[in-house]
Amino acid sequence: MEYVPSKENIAKRIARFFKSGDVVNLGIGLPTFVGNYIPDDVTIILQSENGFLGLGPAPAKGMEDPMLVNAGGSCVTIQKGGCYFDSATSFGIIRGGHVDYTVLGVLEVDQAGNLANYKVPGKLVPGMGGAMDLTVGSKKVFAATQHFDNAGVSKLMRKCRLPLTAVAEVDFVVTDIGFFEVRNNTFVLKEYFTPYTVEYILASTDADIVVDKDCSEVDLG
Amino acid sequence: MIAKPILTADEAVQLIHEENVVMLGGFMGCGSPAGLLDALEKLGTRNLTLVCNDTAMHNLKTGEMTFVARLVAKKQFKKMIVTHIGLNGETQRQMNAGETEVQLVPQGTLAEIIRAAGAGLGGVLTPTGVGTEVEAGKKVLEVDGKKYLLEKALCGDVALIRAKKADRAGNLTYDKTGRNFNPLMATACKTVIVEADEIVEIGDIDPEVVITPSVFVTHLVQARK
Repeated sequence: MEYVPSKENIAKRIARFFKSGDVVNLGIGLPTFVGNYIPDDVTIILQSENGFLGLGPAPAKGMEDPMLVNAGGSCVTIQKGGCYFDSATSFGIIRGGHVDYTVLGVLEVDQAGNLANYKVPGKLVPGMGGAMDLTVGSKKVFAATQHFDNAGVSKLMRKCRLPLTAVAEVDFVVTDIGFFEVRNNTFVLKEYFTPYTVEYILASTDADIVVDKDCSEVDLG
Repeated sequence: MIAKPILTADEAVQLIHEENVVMLGGFMGCGSPAGLLDALEKLGTRNLTLVCNDTAMHNLKTGEMTFVARLVAKKQFKKMIVTHIGLNGETQRQMNAGETEVQLVPQGTLAEIIRAAGAGLGGVLTPTGVGTEVEAGKKVLEVDGKKYLLEKALCGDVALIRAKKADRAGNLTYDKTGRNFNPLMATACKTVIVEADEIVEIGDIDPEVVITPSVFVTHLVQARK
């Protein structure tokens, strides 16, 4: 079976998870992409850690306002009912448990729910930004990642090797081939995405995986 | 209410001295006072410590720089206390080469230790960073069975603030996501210089909409139109 990386699979599956009224923070990069796939009948409230609630889509060309940006510095819009606040209030919302879900990118994630996503010592040191607070403070944490890195090594591991962003905080891992819940120091496989199989996932991932009794195939089309 | 002095940007940055800790509002430059940064770059004061969310953008391939990145490139800072430097290749280069000390702090922790300093607190207890490299050298306290890091308060000498509107007394409002760290930093420094898009007379801002009370502000600068 050939692995074909698919950001769409990851974003589509996470987007289907949310219910109307959920307060969600989407990290920069792949997680931001989730916002494109929220079903029409679901209204979530997006929190942007640079200081507002009610993050809306990118503005039409020519309508950009440099004073209204997301945490990546890109021009965005604010939805009706949204509001602005300072960084202490923003992280009070995050750390205080008022964000239902955060979706974060991954360098490594392990079966104990540890996440590493801010530093490759000596090589890539972008800094943690808000990621450590988001991981610790949000009610539930999604790790969103391609299943394999460019060298074909699984990003789901037994134990992270890179410096950790947070300890044992990840609840769900969504890759382009499957949906996992982190439980009792294992990855519990809940869904596998067409055309992949349980056997393929078990054989290609160097971590302890338990197949959930209700594990099912999901076609993300 | 007493009116605060209105200075030009060039006059205001002379209040910043070598070895000062400078807190700069803004998030990727959104909410940073561009006129004060230009004046500080021109004056060339060095050996400063920068406290800011980030160091804006510096693309080493194209040479493009925004906001405080130009002062970083001129090596006006001996130390930077920041949360994210992913879009500034020069800050990363200076850090990796050992030329400039860079201390990376979780964003929520940076906000809260600045707020604590301004509120007269010695520090805060946060669960953020427990079990990570951020814990190194810090006290871990257990409260009701949960672990927290003791993060000490962080104050500064000079805050550089960007407001939308200021009255002559120094009451401030902000502009959308330009608020970010500005109201926190305005509470935590001895000298607080505010670059405002608009400066109005005392009484011309509704007291209900003031975000930063005048008592925190020491100097006003009119932003370029």
